[in-house]
Amino acid sequence: MGPHGTWFDFIPGLDGLKTTMQGPLGRTWTWQVFQATHFEISHVIIAVLVVLLIALGAAAYAASVSKLGDEAILPPAKLGTRAVFEGLADMVYGVLEGVMGAKNARKFLPFLGTFFIFILFSNLISLVPGFRAPTDTLKTNAGLALVIFLATHILGFKEHGVHYLEQFTGHLPLKSPLVVLVPLMFVIEVISHLIRPVTLSIRLMANMFADHAVVSVFFALVPFLVPVPLMLLGVFVSVVQALVFTLMSATYISLAVAHEEH
Amino acid sequence: MSRIFKLVPAAFTGALLFLASSAAFAADGSGGGSREMGLAIGAGLAVGLAALGGGLGQGRSASAALEGIARNPQASGKIFTPMIIALALTESLVLLGFLIANGLSGKIGG
Repeated sequence: MGPHGTWFDFIPGLDGLKTTMQGPLGRTWTWQVFQATHFEISHVIIAVLVVLLIALGAAAYAASVSKLGDEAILPPAKLGTRAVFEGLADMVYGVLEGVMGAKNARKFLPFLGTFFIFILFSNLISLVPGFRAPTDTLKTNAGLALVIFLATHILGFKEHGVHYLEQFTGHLPLKSPLVVLVPLMFVIEVISHLIRPVTLSIRLMANMFADHAVVSVFFALVPFLVPVPLMLLGVFVSVVQALVFTLMSATYISLAVAHEEH
Repeated sequence: MSRIFKLVPAAFTGALLFLASSAAFAADGSGGGSREMGLAIGAGLAVGLAALGGGLGQGRSASAALEGIARNPQASGKIFTPMIIALALTESLVLLGFLIANGLSGKIGG
């Protein structure tokens, strides 16, 4: 079990599964940041584990709320599963409300809150020794960012119809002499839209990878007590990066669905 | 702030001197053609300068936000979200530098 080993290395048969999956799923091409790498499935398994843990937590939450009946509108008295999930939802709602207003925040809380909770718990699980974050690789993050990218444009088209395309030309009226700038504006806007999922995914990957690397270096130096402050920093980085991902997605979506005021 | 900008010409002179000396060394040494050396230096410079500029920019926005919070501590909740957005937008430019550096370093030895 090397520096990149996980507890899953001890599960028998996993190596065989990895070798089997490498055939149809392995990547042989290289392009830009996608350089030659060794085939790995541990981040997928940990992502599945994170989803299972969140599902268990959600089930516990639902059970505790339905048991209380009408008293569920009261905030929980002591810290438990319910307090954690309600606190997280409240925090995400507060942040979304600041970015996109109360109406849109209510509408997009389930969508963006899911991203927040998945990314937060994926980040936090890497602080348990012997686990790695599913979000410290570009494969997971590119998938997440791609969903945000598609959702942004689908929601934009749903909200504005064909007029959504006006956002790419700077809303210039046809009579204005500035209309000659439209091709330039269009190219710049398209590039800036295409770069968004790239920066979203690379930001998360770089931060989580750097955090994990710092902690593992200090673990290699002194494996007792010394890494603890760095792991505290890791908790902070995990929360902030999950928040940044959610916040940037909320900004992009609110820009796409916003109505231009004249 | 102005002291930092006075350092910029000095830093560029230093970098140029370093480049000139490494070019002279490369002329003596064998192997590792000048293409590889250019790629390596370019990759380092790309991410280094991106981090320099991004660090200056993020420092400015963080200091402005902290000043605002110091003047009016009750506004810290309202300042926090736009500050994070500003920091993230500054950081995306650094990440583009990282992307270029990554692409360049992938070509070394290729």
